[in-house]
Amino acid sequence: MARESRFLNPGENILLSQKSLLLRMELQSNPAMLSVVRGAVTRLTERLGFSEPECRAVVRAVDEALTNIIRHAYHGQTGRPIKASFRRIRVRRDGAQRAALEILLEDQGARVDRAKLHGRPLEDVRPGGLGLHFIHQSMDTVEFRHRKGKNRLRLVKFLHAPEPHRSG
Amino acid sequence: MMQISVRHLDKITIFDVSGDIDLATSPELRKALLRELRELRRPRVVVNLQAVQYVDSSGVASLVEGLKASRDVGSRFVLCGLNTKVKDVLRLSKLGTIFEVCDSEEQALGP
Repeated sequence: MARESRFLNPGENILLSQKSLLLRMELQSNPAMLSVVRGAVTRLTERLGFSEPECRAVVRAVDEALTNIIRHAYHGQTGRPIKASFRRIRVRRDGAQRAALEILLEDQGARVDRAKLHGRPLEDVRPGGLGLHFIHQSMDTVEFRHRKGKNRLRLVKFLHAPEPHRSG
Repeated sequence: MMQISVRHLDKITIFDVSGDIDLATSPELRKALLRELRELRRPRVVVNLQAVQYVDSSGVASLVEGLKASRDVGSRFVLCGLNTKVKDVLRLSKLGTIFEVCDSEEQALGP
């Protein structure tokens, strides 16, 4: 659990006792599987109570992140491992307690150049480079780490309404 | 899954696209667009996106490539039938304004 705290933003504090695994997937890098994942994430986000636009946003972020893994970390190779886990978390942020969906994606591909993780200026009209922009636009937190030969992307989407504070 | 069907109406090519345009399917769309524009030099290519359920960044990139190819060869490249899902992604990409967009296919086929 402590390992995951390294991902946290300043002012963001996960209440570790209130973190529950919802779904774990072990995938192979294969573009044909993206539609399958989108279907599963759509159902999951609907079940969690996200609004329809929020569901679409989370689905888009996961889809684009997996696309980036296949294209850039694995250079289009199929059959390489990707792990995805989805947890419901409760985060104390700016003094308020918020429920959120945390998504961790992990691959063993080429190390991603951090300088390229901010996308490109959209004024530069050309194909490519949009995926990261979509991910940042869609999620509340986007964090990347490379550790022990693995790329790890953490995405967080807060449920819209702040949850009432619960003691204990 | 994505399906593309092609109609030819005089000098206009109309693509009817349905399903999901993503990393798995966008190369097929890109290839079809570039064939009509670069190889066949069709004066106008209309892409009807009414039945599209999902477009990812590679799908948007394919449309941008189609647009660029049309500019290179002096053709018109028109998108029509944009539903909420397609409009959302074009708005998100901030590339929506670079395309010629018509509400209906009838408009896209007009002068």
